[in-house]
Amino acid sequence: MISGGHDTGFNKLKTINRRMFIFSAAKAVIFFGIVGRLFSLQISENKKYLTLSDKNRLRETRLPPIRGEFKDYFGNTIAGNLKVYQLHVIPEQVEDFRSLLIRLRDILKFDNKTLSKIFAKKKTQKPWETIVISENLSWDEFSKINFYLHELPGAKPVITVGRSYPYGESYTHILGYVSQASVNDLVNNKVIKERNVPGLRVGKSGLEKKFENELIGTNSIQRYEVNAFGKRINQIDFKEGSRGQTINLTIDTEIQKLTSDLLRDKAGSISVMDIYTGDIIAMNSSPSFDPNLFLYGIDEKLWNSIKSDPLNPLLNKTVSGLYSPGSTIKPIVALSALENDVIRPDKQVKCEGKVEMYGEKYHCWKKKGHGFMSLKNSIKQSCDIYFYELARLLGVDRLSITAKKFGLGTKVLGEYFENEKEGIVPSTEWKKEILGQNWYLGETFITGIGQGYIQTNPLQLCLMTAQLANGGYKIYPKIRVGQNQKSYESIKRIMKENEMEAREEAKEKDNALIKATEEFLKVEKKEHQPLYRNPENIKFVLDAMFKSTNEIYGTSYSSRIDDPKYQFAGKTGTSQVKRITEEERELDLDISQIPYKNRDHAWFIAFGPYENPRYAMSVLVEHGGSGSKAAAPIAQKLMRAVVDRHEERTKRNIMV
Amino acid sequence: MYSNFSFTNQQTFFQKLRSIDYLLLICILLVGSISCFAMYSTDGGEVLYHTKNHAIRFALFFTLMLVISFINIKMWFSLSYLFYGVTLILLLWASLYGITASGSQRWINLYFINLQPSELMKIAIIVCFAKYYHRAQIHSINKFTNIFVPLVILIIPIFLVITQPDLGTSILIALSGIMVLWLAGINIKYFVIASITFVISAPFIISFLKPYQKLRILSFFNPDRDPLGAGYQIIQSKIAVGSGGLFGKGFLKGTQGYLEFLPEKHTDFIFTLYSEEFGFLGSLLLLILYVIIIYRIINIGMISRSYFSKLFCYGFASSIFIYIAVNMSMVLGLLPIVGSPLPIMSYGGSSMLATMIGFGIVMSSRIYNNQIIS
Repeated sequence: MISGGHDTGFNKLKTINRRMFIFSAAKAVIFFGIVGRLFSLQISENKKYLTLSDKNRLRETRLPPIRGEFKDYFGNTIAGNLKVYQLHVIPEQVEDFRSLLIRLRDILKFDNKTLSKIFAKKKTQKPWETIVISENLSWDEFSKINFYLHELPGAKPVITVGRSYPYGESYTHILGYVSQASVNDLVNNKVIKERNVPGLRVGKSGLEKKFENELIGTNSIQRYEVNAFGKRINQIDFKEGSRGQTINLTIDTEIQKLTSDLLRDKAGSISVMDIYTGDIIAMNSSPSFDPNLFLYGIDEKLWNSIKSDPLNPLLNKTVSGLYSPGSTIKPIVALSALENDVIRPDKQVKCEGKVEMYGEKYHCWKKKGHGFMSLKNSIKQSCDIYFYELARLLGVDRLSITAKKFGLGTKVLGEYFENEKEGIVPSTEWKKEILGQNWYLGETFITGIGQGYIQTNPLQLCLMTAQLANGGYKIYPKIRVGQNQKSYESIKRIMKENEMEAREEAKEKDNALIKATEEFLKVEKKEHQPLYRNPENIKFVLDAMFKSTNEIYGTSYSSRIDDPKYQFAGKTGTSQVKRITEEERELDLDISQIPYKNRDHAWFIAFGPYENPRYAMSVLVEHGGSGSKAAAPIAQKLMRAVVDRHEERTKRNIMV
Repeated sequence: MYSNFSFTNQQTFFQKLRSIDYLLLICILLVGSISCFAMYSTDGGEVLYHTKNHAIRFALFFTLMLVISFINIKMWFSLSYLFYGVTLILLLWASLYGITASGSQRWINLYFINLQPSELMKIAIIVCFAKYYHRAQIHSINKFTNIFVPLVILIIPIFLVITQPDLGTSILIALSGIMVLWLAGINIKYFVIASITFVISAPFIISFLKPYQKLRILSFFNPDRDPLGAGYQIIQSKIAVGSGGLFGKGFLKGTQGYLEFLPEKHTDFIFTLYSEEFGFLGSLLLLILYVIIIYRIINIGMISRSYFSKLFCYGFASSIFIYIAVNMSMVLGLLPIVGSPLPIMSYGGSSMLATMIGFGIVMSSRIYNNQIIS
């Protein structure tokens, strides 16, 4: 059969050629469509797609920033960064993960629980993500790993940086500690959120938390090219971050360590302050704990034991603990009485051990009574009867004004410690406002001996002592070495000038008490303003405190130091934590017979050296019994050390 | 008229060699070598598995093409139905005993090669129709039997391929077949009726699609709907092409490619990898090579004396164009993603084999362009 006749063959060819032509036209249209599309993607929208492709392939990794250090006054590092030896494994690079781990277990001797934890972790990660087998290897373990490294394919010994507190528990209450950033940290602090990377350690309490934004430093940034599965292919670029700021404190580590020793096995607090510059030389709270434990997550048992310790190691008692000041308030009560011309210093009151006023019995700590007392003697021997009378004459409102002037009832360090408490300096107004009740006169009496509503923290008492000891001038306590630190000499000069001024004004407006209070508002703006009306009143109180420590019958006589280099003045305090019933008073129990929780708090405030005082301190021993037996001996040891360090500190002053 | 030229059937080898379309041959060789470079790039700049296999296959099938070229077109005409029949049996075999990979049963293990009969069917259907209509008279073409029989011939393989399931290939087979039917002269009204029926029944067809196929269609209309899922391929291939720019990122420097962002970069998406590295100019060059190839094939069809050769060349040229157009439109985001390789460029033995067989028959038509098939 031939391929159709001429006619049909011709028609067939005509059809196919015509249709092919139509096709070709369609093809040309489609072809230009495709070219147009290519043009629009590759030429018109090239920039957009280039950006998208870079976004696809480039990843930034931020490395943990290097945290700033804390240094003490002498430049010793008290919170630093330590080389930490770690062991990392990248599962992808290991041929036989299980046998590697078993070999590592034999070398490092970790238990099976840890082993199964690592296996569990491996399952949750991508195979090229690092598993940290051990966060903190000892040098011995680290060198052992390096020794066996040839038979541990895939194991990577790594040296990184971790926080270290070389003085352990001594600084815990000041510095706080660092640990892994929590969700709360990220929510509350934008800087942390910005710089957060897995494994970032941030301050959890104390100054580590307070200065977080200065300490944290900035991240180093690595730019990597990654593939579609997120695996790093190669490093493109590395931008080094800056280290966090170093923060210098006014603390002297030598003294700080000593305070730890002095408070060992006790609950309590010690503060030491320069009475002119306001530098806090030492500040400790006991018991404490080792902040290094928190770096890699503390184990639960230990944490629970710290949390449930009845002596409360987590509380910074120096700023957050509130106590009745007891007899340590007496210098202020006496000063207030003198300043307000309530009594003359030679006023006599007979102490018979107890007194009945307005139908209520009030007791002196000395059951037999002190006999006839003058004001000075009543401070020296801490006679309660005299101060009931004094308080009665003075009234709580005038007392509260003086007490507040000298630093009670307000935060000492302001915002440095987020848990600092301001305490309570009661007044009739305060009671009306807070408790909605009228003030009873009986409450005035016990306020006069530092009991009742009045509450202070140990640092406030230290500041109060310092402001008395420097002659009655306001000082500005600080724990961080500031930018424009005034020298002792210039502060002393300012105080001297202020004194001259005050004396002249006093001469002019001797009797004008009202005007004097007006003046008070004016001098408020002055630096290191005088807190007294008459400087002689301060001298009187300081002399009484000197006698209390250095004359026989003084309450802290047994803790005195005769060497004038160290000689100090002080005032004991014994604050009741519980009302003593008549029966208990009759029993006259020895301290060991009273349950711990009911024992009195022992207080001692002191300043020295007496001839030319520079330092003030407060010592608290919780439930330690009497101030003279439990607290004063501590102050005695501490004063020696503080005075001994004075020369070093002065030298350092000049250098700073 | 025909008998005057019948003596040319007896050509010498030298004459045959001279009558080869060298431009077509060179273009095929050029695309082939471009594809080898692209393959080298997908292997990350090393001669690895894909590059090696692709180059060997290209060399082997290119040789096969030459062999086919030198055999008289009459021979291919007489083997046409057999070719279709064998391919259909292989297709059936694949559906029954084939190898399943990525959810689709489309390969036959022939020990030296995993054959995908559906690829061969793309050629077989053209060959088969070319022979069928070679014999048909123009006035009988629109008769019921001359429409019904080809439709059965077409629908059986489409059904087999669609159930593998392999939507892409079945669409391509269907398109190839329908184009040949059109070229053969079937009345235009049937095409109009068929397309109206198709548009109306499209919603029903969609409801028969597999969920992943529906997703692909949805993500075609809005790739950002699920950028990590079904839309991922479209987005990434557009990024690759778009970021290439005018001159491209440079050979072996296509980040989308070597960082594995491109899906199926050896096969369906090979063009995006090439386009990323060689840019708009490179892509245009490749397109022009394809245009020349298609043009030469049409040209051969025009000078062929036999209707069989003519219909085959026209059909094959149109099919090649459709393969290219569908593949490119797909990777450029103009069509939904369906599996469709780019001729010669894409990795895959069966596709290359089918294409080369097609080129072989075209070339045989060229050498024996005066051959009259009775």
